[in-house]
Amino acid sequence: MMKAGEIISRLPYTKPFLFVDDLLEINKSGVVGSYTFIEDSDFYKGHFKGFPVTPGVLLTECCAQIGLVCLGIYLLADKITNEAKIGLSSSEMEFLEPVLPNERVVVSSELIYFRFHKLKCKVKMHNTNGDLVCKGVIAGMFKVTDDAE
Amino acid sequence: MTEEEKYQKLKTIVQTYLPDDVGVDQINLESNFTQELNINSANLVDIVLDVEDTFDIMLENEDMDGMLTVKDALAIIDKKIAKK
Repeated sequence: MMKAGEIISRLPYTKPFLFVDDLLEINKSGVVGSYTFIEDSDFYKGHFKGFPVTPGVLLTECCAQIGLVCLGIYLLADKITNEAKIGLSSSEMEFLEPVLPNERVVVSSELIYFRFHKLKCKVKMHNTNGDLVCKGVIAGMFKVTDDAE
Repeated sequence: MTEEEKYQKLKTIVQTYLPDDVGVDQINLESNFTQELNINSANLVDIVLDVEDTFDIMLENEDMDGMLTVKDALAIIDKKIAKK
């Protein structure tokens, strides 16, 4: 069984584009993880002018990194080389609440299917008040070692 | 189910995943899913999953690898139905 730290170290992202702090739960059918959007991130200077709100694309990215990529690494375990190679293939999101600088969010993801290297998950993001921030369905394709050219 | 019925069912599935610039009339037996119909690998997986549901069969990785054209898909469907 892969541990949270090992999964995070195998993510193909780094600062300033790593949106995973910790994994709270992970098993074959899903994952729960958290991230705090740090105040001094560059994008807050421009989104929006004088009123920093976390962009929806980054909420989607955070959901994808925790809900899809971490789960995929866990499920593939030995079938991928050190770092996972993944391409996002679709996302359909709904946004319900804004996320302000320094807010901690918790992403939970539920596996829909993982077949032929395509992982599709239902994701939800909650804030520390327990409000649903966004939800949706995200899918991506994983490149595994046995089909490396 | 006749071959024609299978073909029509497969065509209905494929139609859902066609990109905007490819018309249903471009689907024929020889059509290559990725090269000619412009279906990406992620949508090809969805086609395979729909095929499994529609024909009540299970496909393996090697079946998917051999499924380049509409004709290939029909051959795989026939093979799997025969094995049931």
